[in-house]
Amino acid sequence: MPAAPGPCPMDSGQMEAVLRRLAGELTAQLRPGEEVVLLGIRSRGLPLAERLGDLIRQTTGGPVPVGALDITLYRDDLTEMVGSPIVRPTEIPFTLKDRTVVLVDDVLFTGRTVRAALDALLDHGRPRRVLLLVLADRGGRELPIQADFAGLTLDVAQGQRVAVRVKEIDGEDRVTVEAC
Amino acid sequence: MSAERYTFPHKHLLGIEPLSARDITALLDQARAFEEVCERPDIKIVPALRKKLVVNLFFENSTRTRNSFEIAEKRLSAEIINFDADTSSLNKGETLVDTALNLEAMHPDLIVMRHSAPGAHALLARHMKASIVNAGDGAHEHPTQALLDAYTLRKKLGQLQGLRIAIVGDIRNSRVVRSNLWLLTRMGAKVTLVGPPTLVPREMQATWPTVDISHDLDAILPQQDVVMMLRAQFERGTGAYIPGQGEYSRYYQLNRERMARARKDVVVLHPGPINRGLEITSEVADGPNNLILDQVTNGVPVRMAVLYLLSHPHGEQVP
Repeated sequence: MPAAPGPCPMDSGQMEAVLRRLAGELTAQLRPGEEVVLLGIRSRGLPLAERLGDLIRQTTGGPVPVGALDITLYRDDLTEMVGSPIVRPTEIPFTLKDRTVVLVDDVLFTGRTVRAALDALLDHGRPRRVLLLVLADRGGRELPIQADFAGLTLDVAQGQRVAVRVKEIDGEDRVTVEAC
Repeated sequence: MSAERYTFPHKHLLGIEPLSARDITALLDQARAFEEVCERPDIKIVPALRKKLVVNLFFENSTRTRNSFEIAEKRLSAEIINFDADTSSLNKGETLVDTALNLEAMHPDLIVMRHSAPGAHALLARHMKASIVNAGDGAHEHPTQALLDAYTLRKKLGQLQGLRIAIVGDIRNSRVVRSNLWLLTRMGAKVTLVGPPTLVPREMQATWPTVDISHDLDAILPQQDVVMMLRAQFERGTGAYIPGQGEYSRYYQLNRERMARARKDVVVLHPGPINRGLEITSEVADGPNNLILDQVTNGVPVRMAVLYLLSHPHGEQVP
């Protein structure tokens, strides 16, 4: 059962523990010889992917390349937007061919960002398989997309938003549920 | 982050003059993201301008600017129509406004235009719903050239602020110079205009008061971080202002002897096409200091950034 969201479902210490657990679950799922790469979806998926990369390297000792994916140009609502949103560079300085790609994002909601991310990453090569890891799954899907690993599952009403803050960008680690 | 809140406030790119330093920085930052697209090993296309119609409207000859725009449009997945002045009804007496109204009936989203008359783009902007991109208008502006020059310099030297840049040659007849002056002075570079007195109008200092003027290339060369050579445009009237090509080359040609006076790491730019042996020798144009082909390469992501930022209708807009 999804946890009933309090105002702060995850603080700094809990986030660290959750990331450690997610890194463990991911490592346990990998098949022998499988080469894994992490792609963080900008903005807050990227620092999460970097931390997960460090944690996985500590366990396996192997290389875990981490890249950054900006999905702006692949959004399905781009043509309807008022003003062009600023695009930041995608940085994938390694091949995706035959790799296991783990997409990392902070919140899974409608699934549209993940759909865009799949299109974006497939333009960079053909991975062996793609997995999805999120810090928080808040429900409310509009596309048939599910997470393979979720740090936290919340049942959040439509009128509320799940705000993830990470110390690399926001100066603190915290997940809160706020009124829109 | 405040960077995410910023929206490019212009509907058209008629010139660099209306752009703030923040707008210029945003364009150059966007170009960095599109450079990544151009460098991909495989699929160099993004769906950013899907369903958008771009008309390339060239009333003057241009090979590289037009090709560069067309590659940029294709990499953004735009629909493209090339409208050639030579084959159009303009030869049958149609006015620019009539042409514009006919194009308007096709509902284009963006129009990339080169025209010999400085006011042509503003005129088009008044009569059409589409965003207008200036790809060169007479001796007035060539904004995407200035942006790609700035992008090339920023990529090589880090920042434009404080750079000492000499622009050398036919200042009078050059639209590249005017766009570069707006851009470079706004970004805090120190510009010196260099050429024979007849080709460097003194009154330019009234518009750009921080700019220096010199007629002695040898004297100012040692202090420069960048030398931007201009094309001697004999087809555009450079010849009417100077005694002859030999004399011009003697004083203003960038050659090996002059390069010996410059800093070892001086950067040489040229908007092309170059007149080998006239304003620049092959030795320098192909030498280790030149970024001339980098300028051409960088033109594509810079133009992708321009088209992308103009492609989404705003509410309140500045022209």
